[in-house]
Amino acid sequence: MTGSTSGMLPSDVESAQIAALRRGEEDAFETLILRHHTSLVRLARVWVRDAPAAEEVAQETWMAVIQGIHTFEGRASLQSWIFGILANKAKRSGAREGRSQPFAAFRTDIDWGESREIGPEHFYPPGHEGSGHWTYPLADVESSPERHLLAEEAGGLILREIDALPVHYRSVLLLRDVHGFSSDEACAMLGISASNQRVLLHRARTRLRISLEPYLREGDTRVEQHG
Amino acid sequence: MDSSRTVAPGDLTCREFVELVTDYLENAMDQPTRDRFDAHLLDCPDCPVYLQQMKAIVGASGILREEDLSPEVRDALLSRFRAWHNGG
Repeated sequence: MTGSTSGMLPSDVESAQIAALRRGEEDAFETLILRHHTSLVRLARVWVRDAPAAEEVAQETWMAVIQGIHTFEGRASLQSWIFGILANKAKRSGAREGRSQPFAAFRTDIDWGESREIGPEHFYPPGHEGSGHWTYPLADVESSPERHLLAEEAGGLILREIDALPVHYRSVLLLRDVHGFSSDEACAMLGISASNQRVLLHRARTRLRISLEPYLREGDTRVEQHG
Repeated sequence: MDSSRTVAPGDLTCREFVELVTDYLENAMDQPTRDRFDAHLLDCPDCPVYLQQMKAIVGASGILREEDLSPEVRDALLSRFRAWHNGG
């Protein structure tokens, strides 16, 4: 948010940033690493065994960025290009470690029938007059999920819960919801189909909500519970 | 284009609704399913809250602040950037 970039379109800002990187301006590179390095390390963990290996892959990515910025054609956004390099390097590194590739099992479409993340115990069973409906009320005029989730301390909590997600779910959620990549970009980086991507995103978001549920309902704690 | 989701006709239950929320947010539903989804939203006291919670979680995920870069790594990367430009 410096004065020099105010009023510029995002694409102009990015063009200016790329030009500065090509001229060797350290400030431009520092801005980039401050913004993305930790994210790259976190994403690399999808493919490599541990934190030091992820750190190494992220640092190799920056070397490739420095060397490749002169030939970067801007077909993708700078962020998408950088994350794509990271994904490729992390996949190769994981393969060298002999790790089984996380998405190898996702070449065929996932069975939708297995996608239910919210257990049947949350809903009235078939035959019950409320069959298929929640067994407990979610509606609460007092509750405001945005207010709870936007509270300052919530960020760390959400990040911890994301880190605790299974690797496939985590990867899609990081790319789509945390970093704002499109479905196509996420599919390309992960090497999965659009429908599989959507299933994984659905499971990831559903699980994340389950893990955050006590926090979402915090507003209820002041209300006397009956029975 | 990937195929959009279709579910059997009739009123949606909450149990079906929760499994369609991502398709809804991704705009990956056929029109009949979308109509049933919208009808359930109007009918059900609880599922609008569920949808609101999911949207809030997606929104909050988009503004997360990850850990800071350590000064050591920053300095190491900056010196490699400098070396590349001075050497090249």
